[in-house]
Amino acid sequence: MPVRIWREPLDADKIKVSKAEIHILKDQCKGCDFCIEFCPKQVLETSEELNIKGFHPPIVIDESRCVLCDFCTAICPDFAIFVIEKDCKEGC
Amino acid sequence: MTEKSLELKHPYERFLRKERMPHIWCEGCGNGIILNCFVRALDELNIDLNNVVVVSGIGCIGRISGYTNTDSFHTTHGRPIAFATGVKLAKPKLKVVVISGDGDLFAIGGNHFIHAARRNVDITVICANNFIYGMTGGQYGPTTPLEAWTTTTPYGNIEHAFNLVHLAAASGAVYVSRWTALHVRRLKESIKKALQKEGFSFIEAVSQCPEIYGRYNKMKTAISMMKWFKEASEVRNFSDPAKAEISPDKIIVGEFVDIEKPSYGRLLREMKAKLKTKQK
Repeated sequence: MPVRIWREPLDADKIKVSKAEIHILKDQCKGCDFCIEFCPKQVLETSEELNIKGFHPPIVIDESRCVLCDFCTAICPDFAIFVIEKDCKEGC
Repeated sequence: MTEKSLELKHPYERFLRKERMPHIWCEGCGNGIILNCFVRALDELNIDLNNVVVVSGIGCIGRISGYTNTDSFHTTHGRPIAFATGVKLAKPKLKVVVISGDGDLFAIGGNHFIHAARRNVDITVICANNFIYGMTGGQYGPTTPLEAWTTTTPYGNIEHAFNLVHLAAASGAVYVSRWTALHVRRLKESIKKALQKEGFSFIEAVSQCPEIYGRYNKMKTAISMMKWFKEASEVRNFSDPAKAEISPDKIIVGEFVDIEKPSYGRLLREMKAKLKTKQK
């Protein structure tokens, strides 16, 4: 269980929480579902659509939940998913 | 988002031969994960790709030499270590990595392995252990666990399996570790360590073959094999490799050996220099 913060940190407004941008290369996916199964924040889900090879690639449910742990990039056997940090210079 | 995805390239694309992707490995195969860990290790070490040689043998994972954007060679069955030894001795500056399977390295190539480890040839060996001969239809091999069902052991396997880390440690490897395909970060760190180490380093990557091994051994999907790794594996760094046998209930993972020993190449060069001065 994650540690619950019951008081808001004093510098909460100064610290920027980095936001993720998840990219899925749909036609490279072979539908092994590792990224969906092992995502610690349940960001992904199997989609209904079929890709070029006839597999169901993952789909992002809630990008804001992603904490940039990069585990999906690391565990993907087909190099079909990667996460980058959002460029938040102008706000996002 | 799809438009952006088309524009953006995968961060590790430069390590792969784009024209050969997607690879031939089945969905959920551990070989792709091992390739992924290997390229991430190269990326983090910032090694010039011109100085890396990937040698592989026969088997599903043997295809890896065709996918990495380095100099590579796909050797005959069981001979990647023999070939890699030659490459390393001829060009000592190159980083030579052998990535091959358990059947290739320990069945037909078993003697090459133990003698390269004994000589302490300066190469890195990554063995993808999937417990069977996957490419030829799932025959049992030297790492198949007892009682496992394979196409050539229809009543259960009655042969004892090799304990690869113990074999490597006993043969004299300077770095020995074992991780599963689920331990992606630790496997990457291990590969990084092995690449920087002088001498014979060995990494066993326990990988899943859901198509031919898992399906017939009560693990229907790749995910259920990964869950088996998750439940059964236990990290015990620097424990006795002799006691680290793989069983259905327990896979002991971790680093087992990390010692320093002069490599064969260095001793050879020193000997050469010594003899040259003597002649003068």
